[in-house]
This record gives sequence, structure tokens and C-alpha cells, in this order.
Amino acid sequence: MVKGPLSVSLDSVVVRRDGKLVLGPLDLDMETRGITVVLGPNGAGKTTFLKVLHGVERISDGEMHWSVANVQAREEQAYVFQSPIVLRRSVAQNLAYPLKLIGTVKSEISMRVSLWARKIGLEDALDFPATRLSGGEKQKLAIGRALIRMPKVLFLDEPCANLDGRSIREIEELLHEATLAGTSIIMTTHNLGQAKRLADSVLFLLGGRLHEQSPASVFFNIPSTSEAQSFLNGDIIE
Amino acid sequence: MNEIFAGLQEAFRLIFTLDSDLIEITLRSLQVSVTALLIASALALPLGTWLAIRRFRYRRFAIVVLNALMGLPPVVVGLMVYLLFSRSGPFGVMGLLFTPTAMIVAQVIIITPLIASITHQAMRELWSEYHDLLISLNTTSLQRITALIRDGRRTLMTASLAGFGRGIGEVGAIMIVGGNIDHVTRVLTTAIALETGKGDFALALGLGFVLIALTLLINFAIHSLSRTERDGTW
Repeated sequence: MVKGPLSVSLDSVVVRRDGKLVLGPLDLDMETRGITVVLGPNGAGKTTFLKVLHGVERISDGEMHWSVANVQAREEQAYVFQSPIVLRRSVAQNLAYPLKLIGTVKSEISMRVSLWARKIGLEDALDFPATRLSGGEKQKLAIGRALIRMPKVLFLDEPCANLDGRSIREIEELLHEATLAGTSIIMTTHNLGQAKRLADSVLFLLGGRLHEQSPASVFFNIPSTSEAQSFLNGDIIE
Repeated sequence: MNEIFAGLQEAFRLIFTLDSDLIEITLRSLQVSVTALLIASALALPLGTWLAIRRFRYRRFAIVVLNALMGLPPVVVGLMVYLLFSRSGPFGVMGLLFTPTAMIVAQVIIITPLIASITHQAMRELWSEYHDLLISLNTTSLQRITALIRDGRRTLMTASLAGFGRGIGEVGAIMIVGGNIDHVTRVLTTAIALETGKGDFALALGLGFVLIALTLLINFAIHSLSRTERDGTW
């Protein structure tokens, strides 16, 4: 277990796919604390950015370092994908899977599974096949499964896309609780309202480049770039 | 038409009188093909899954070869195994020619590519579904293969049953390496071939119906044991 928050530094990181520039060059120093929201229009490179930080996207150029060794950093992280991936197993087995992988003892697993099933409101569906859950329930299951290892950093890619108000509220509560328990969150969202509700700090990406990195209070009140200003005004920026 | 009717009659007679020869060769058929199936599945399921998740230089080539091997002619496999196990062959000293063991070896060679190829197809789909999650969870190759086999077990069962079907109905290879020796290596298919050659169509057909019934029975048994099509879509 690593003490204190993790920090990450990116040194001219570039990601190209099929010769096309997707992200970068990106220079960034960041300490993960509270909830960091990554904002930007479609195609700004938000998902790629999250995957780079998580270490699952190949970097074409430049370097990225976490404050701990890469292997350890990965162990302290979890990632929830844009469309939730559920295993073709029961809800309980889905929750238990990340713990089984690291050889957690059975009694501990069953304890944590029932705790998290309650937190995500699926305690009555433990034996229910996860593939038959609704979209919102799947998303909550994916978040519960990600948090069950109590990661230092949780990446969320559009956790509330296509969800209704109630699911959004429940998920936001989960995330808030997780930060109180010591998990830092780095998430993308298209929902400015959600960003305002949750963000402690904001990264604003546009065209694969970082345009702004500031505390949420600053970003939403006095954004320093005109692009961010237009984005907040709801103008279409490309 | 008469022959078919007589065949059915013969089949009923054989079954209801619990004909000792019939029971013996049926059990041997099962022994050979089930053993071959277990060995082939143990090899092919991990192999097919591994091919689905692993990227390496000659992967495409390996898959094409595997698919081609699905159509491996049993007679040629029989000939190869015969040459390997014959007195002058490299494994001749083991004295395995004309034993059920040699028949099992031949059938493993025939059905492994079939099971591996169907497994690969099925696992490719499941892998594209699980890929991001399993990578993100930092799983080892072994953990990935285990997760895919576990969660794809229904499709894998189909793959295995296809292999079993090919094995139990196969005659070319086991005829050559087993020799169709009465009370030693005679199985349902080789017996059918023999009785047909002798002109005893009723007995041949009777054995044929028993073989078909056996295949159906095993398929039903496995499906009901594993509760396919019952709980949900997987």
C-alpha cells in the first residue's frame, strides 16, 4: 500500500494512431487529489488521455512517470470504461473477481462483496446474471467492482453517459463517498453540470492538447483561455 | 426399405436382450472417444483461447494451419499413427499398435484441431468483449485464459461436442491403427463397416441406430447437466 496521494508527470507525451496525432504533445504535473474532471469536446483526446495515465495506451513519444513504480501504480488504480464491461457471471462473482485475482482470502472476499453490493444497491441481486442488469445497474456494478480493491486512483470514462437522473445521483454519491475513503478520481464527462457538481480541479483538453489545468473554482469562474470560455458558454469549438 | 425395417428390429433386439457383444463394443467406443475427447479438450481449449488473446508474428499462419487441419483425413492420420507405432517405427517398442491406446492417439490428433479452431472463433468474440477490463486489471495470460474458458464454457461445450461427434463416428483411422480385432479393438463404427462388408445389413444397421442413439443421448445428457438455454443468455 502506498501512503499519500500518487502524483504523475507527463513529459511531451504524444499518442499517434495510424500516423494520426491523437494526443499531445502533453506536458503535465499532477497530484491526484479529490476529483479531477477532464473536459473537452468530442475527439479532444480525453479517453486516450485517461488510458495513457492508466498505462493501457501505447505512448508514441515522450515519457510518463507515476510517483511509484509502474507496476505498483497499476495495482493502485482501477478503470471504468465508457460502456461498462460486465463479466458473464453473477453480480457477486463480478464483484469478487478483482479480489480473487490478487489472492484475497475467501472470508474477506465475501465480506467485501456484500458490503459493496449494498453500496451499489444490488444486494438483492447477488446471484442475478450481471449481463441482464439495466444500463445504470451495470455501470454501478462496474464502479463497485473497480472500487472494491480500494484503489488510490479511479479512472472513469463518461460514467453517466445515457443514464437517467436517479442513476446519475446514485453514482455521484458513490464517487463522493469513494473520495472520502481516500480514492482520487480522474474522470471525463460531457455533462457540464456534473463537472461543476463534482470537480475539485479541471483539465481542459482541446485537439489533443492541454489548454488549461486549474482548480474547479477558478476554471468555472475565470477560465484563462478563450477556448475554455467558449466551451463553458456552450459554443461549439473544434 | 425392408433392410431399414429389419435394421430397426435388429437394433431393438440387440438393445433389449442386452447383447453382450453390443455392450462390449459400445463401451469400447465410448472408452476410446471419451478419453480422446478429454485429452483433446485439455489441449485444444487452452490452445484455441491462447490463439485468440495472443498476438505474435506467425499468428495468422498458425490459425490458417489450424483451420486446415480441421479437415485432416482420418485415414491419413491412421496411416501416420500406424507407421509411428508399427514394429519398425519410432514408437514400435511400446507395442501399442492394435490397442485402444493407439486408437485414442489417432482420435486425439483428428479432433484436437477441430476443437481448437471452434474454440478460437468463439473466444475471439468474448476476448474483444473482455479485453479492456482484463488488461486494466493487470491479469496474467493464465488468468485471462482461465477467465475466458470459464465464462465461455457454453460455447466451448459445443466445440467439445463437435469433437466428440467426429471422434465417435470416425472409422478410417481406428480401423487402421486398431485393426478391428474382436474383443480387443472392435468399436461400433468398425463393426458396422465389417458387417456391411459381410452383407449382414440388418446387424450393421442395428449397430448404426445404436450409434446414433448413443450420440443423441450423450448430447442431451451434457446439455441438461450444464443447463444450456436455461439460465439467461450465456
